[in-house]
Amino acid sequence: MPFMNSRKFNWLVLAGFLVCVIAFLSFFFFFVRFPVTRDFPWVNLLLFGLAAILLVIGLQRAFAKADEYRGKIFGPILAALSVVVFGVFVFALFIVPRHLPAAHGAPQVGQKAPEFSLVDMNGRAVKLSELLTAPMNAASSVAGSSASGHTPKGVLLVFYRGYW
Amino acid sequence: MRSIERSLDAIEAQGIRPVAISVDSPEDSRKLCQKAGYTFTFLSDPKAEVIRRYDVLHPGAGVNGQDIARPAEFLVDATGTVRWVNLTENFWVRARPEQVIEAAKALR
Repeated sequence: MPFMNSRKFNWLVLAGFLVCVIAFLSFFFFFVRFPVTRDFPWVNLLLFGLAAILLVIGLQRAFAKADEYRGKIFGPILAALSVVVFGVFVFALFIVPRHLPAAHGAPQVGQKAPEFSLVDMNGRAVKLSELLTAPMNAASSVAGSSASGHTPKGVLLVFYRGYW
Repeated sequence: MRSIERSLDAIEAQGIRPVAISVDSPEDSRKLCQKAGYTFTFLSDPKAEVIRRYDVLHPGAGVNGQDIARPAEFLVDATGTVRWVNLTENFWVRARPEQVIEAAKALR
């Protein structure tokens, strides 16, 4: 016969916390790669929802059935940590990325793109006018495509934050 | 960047040459391209002069508080005229290759 103090391990609380950590990390290590799951992090929010359900049921067991389940102490601690993790996620996904300067002075449609000269990875100076007139590299174009070896129709300037 | 590389053939088939610009040094860009497998042109603007001229500077937003570029995409036609602009309001939301290809179809 089991003793009264040999209560069952409250695995739902631990599972809830682990799902919460996975919900956080999986965005930055996996879901960030795909526009469908990055533009709006719906998969991660679903995972956080699952974590919340597990934690709520686990905590209910810890307190309402305290003679049957453990977790009165570590339950609330893991739940609080999960809330912190979720808070950091919301901050990193919905608050920080919206603090971008407005760029009101950026060249608009119909305006001339300012000419520039910048160095490429080989330290060679490259001008916008050269990028617009140099033939497209046939090797990196689709075989047989009309674009091969022709001057480009246009240049896509992609400004990015850098390797941070 | 990742999605541009993935759709590079389709973008180049439209006659569009993608060019990435950041404050990273040529050395850092080379490391990034090796690591991530990017094969298009990367240009370095360490003093953010061109980034400033295009008004896409994000002051103090780098890891060490340095000035960097905010994400932005400009499609420039053969005459040097801007034909399409994408200034995102959320740096997780970037231009999709389909948008670029759609805009490229309007060029001649």
